[in-house]
Amino acid sequence: MKILVPVKRVVDYNVKVRVKPDQTGVDLANVKMSMNPFCEIAVEEAIRMKEKGLAEEIVVVSIGPAGAQETIRTALAMGADRGIHVTTDAIVEPLAVAKILAKIAGEESPELIILGKQAIDDDANATGQMLGALLGWPQGTFASKVEKDGDTLKVTREIDGGLQTVSFGLPAIVTTDLRLNEPRYASLPNIMKAKRKPIDAKAPEDYGVDLTPRLEVLKVAEPPKRQGGVKVETVAELVSKLKNEAGVL
Amino acid sequence: MQNPFDTAERKAFRESVEAFVAREIAPFANEWDEAGDFPWELHRQAGALGLFGFGIDEAYGGLGFDDAFMRMDSGVTLAYTGAGGVNASLGCRNIMTGPIAKLASEEIRRAVLPEIISGREGGALAMTEPSGGSDLSRMKTRAVRDGQGWRISGEKTFITGGMKARWYVVGARTGSEGFGGISLFLVEAGSQGFNRTPIKNKMGWWASDTATLHFDDCYVPAGNQLGEEGLCLLAIMENFNFERLALASGCLGMAKRCLDDAIGWAKERETFGKPLIRHQVIRHKIADMSMRIDALEAYLRAIAWTMNEGEMPAAELAKVKVLGSTTAEFCASEAMQILGGAGYLRGQAIERIYREVKVMAIGGGSEEIMRDLAVKQMGL
Repeated sequence: MKILVPVKRVVDYNVKVRVKPDQTGVDLANVKMSMNPFCEIAVEEAIRMKEKGLAEEIVVVSIGPAGAQETIRTALAMGADRGIHVTTDAIVEPLAVAKILAKIAGEESPELIILGKQAIDDDANATGQMLGALLGWPQGTFASKVEKDGDTLKVTREIDGGLQTVSFGLPAIVTTDLRLNEPRYASLPNIMKAKRKPIDAKAPEDYGVDLTPRLEVLKVAEPPKRQGGVKVETVAELVSKLKNEAGVL
Repeated sequence: MQNPFDTAERKAFRESVEAFVAREIAPFANEWDEAGDFPWELHRQAGALGLFGFGIDEAYGGLGFDDAFMRMDSGVTLAYTGAGGVNASLGCRNIMTGPIAKLASEEIRRAVLPEIISGREGGALAMTEPSGGSDLSRMKTRAVRDGQGWRISGEKTFITGGMKARWYVVGARTGSEGFGGISLFLVEAGSQGFNRTPIKNKMGWWASDTATLHFDDCYVPAGNQLGEEGLCLLAIMENFNFERLALASGCLGMAKRCLDDAIGWAKERETFGKPLIRHQVIRHKIADMSMRIDALEAYLRAIAWTMNEGEMPAAELAKVKVLGSTTAEFCASEAMQILGGAGYLRGQAIERIYREVKVMAIGGGSEEIMRDLAVKQMGL
């Protein structure tokens, strides 16, 4: 089985981002960038499947600026086999990403595509689902457990009401939730080995996909500063405040 | 500022170590220090990351290459957590694997090195004695021939990693007075006549296991002698150079943490109607800390570059160790002053670093010995 794992380069989860003064977005100058944590979980899951003998090859794809190559190298250092870097400085929305991935899936014929459920920069949570629709493949989103039984994939999903298990045939799409696994650290020997693993350089034009954004960002603003709370003396006072002031009861 | 020596691999390794430290060490640093111990699993994890294999052949579980910048970066990153005790117990093996790789028989190298480098087993270097540390030439522990082997008698103390190590590289006198009469031996814990007792109530490095080792006619097979009789201290001098690089890098990490925490607090804390950071006296402290840190970092990078070029700048390594510990001590003191009462509380990094700067000024060659050595190495 071949597994395709798309990965996204995002602002590191530890960075406190600041809104640009002109409110067009957040300031990314000199900010630490890393692999999206959900994508790391996707890479880890693919590697574990390969280690169990369930997969032969793991191909990672990243669509983004030159720096995204570093993110691909990280995935290769974790244990993926080769990379595809679709280089673009444009803003790529989930639909454009899904369209490029659908074309790559056509060329590579993976039996499984594992993606992060969302990226921590814009939190769209859409690429996996759109890709499923474009390819007409079944999908198991928000996975906290993935089991392969012959040609069937059993995915445990984290849903609002608890856990749901779905089974479907391959090829298929899985999007990862936080509790699926704990990604490994890229070890130094593997970082050095990753240097020699191939990365194909591609451009969006190679796939004939129009990247023009379908969405328009009107304004990016800081969330309102948290106001100080009040202490209540009694439960009755609390209930009264919730009812009359907060209007939530 | 940009680092002219950075490469994609060094950056990737640094980020991997940062992630490892952030998730596996930082959250537990205080808890482990208070407990005076940490789980052995961390040694294995650090081994898997590749932290212990610099300069050692892949056949013995090493990395098969060396890179002084990566040594430096990992030293900085680990020390930045302010978990000095954990780092000491993890890193102490790095000063004993070199002599094994260089001087031991093929059989011992294959049996011992992969175990220690992978973190499955611990290793410690045993040189310091109750009667002296820096002056190794007066070592009193003796080894005498007994049939096919040796009998070691004496005591070693302040041995980092000494309670949990499986193997020890031990210096013992086999010949005349002075440097030339000292040989090295590999001693396995559990050998007859070998005992160890823990050293408690240390000023810092609480999470690390420190021991006094007792050799009472401890029998060591002839094969466990490392290198030629009487020539060993000269042979392991290079090892001390790597130790100095590691310690100076650790000092840089400690100093950086002091600066960052001091800035964080100075932005938050208000006095006389404005944040501390707006007071000139605090701003000057930050400038003083920052300029010393920059100088130390630049010096270390120049040394790392020189080492990668195949030279061993012994004088500079001695000097940078002093610059390192004095910088860390200065920054810890200034950071503590900026944090004020908040800094004086146990359970946060600056308080721990403040206590632990002293061991950096003493261990691995004291500041005084380093200055002497530096001037001697300068040919004076």
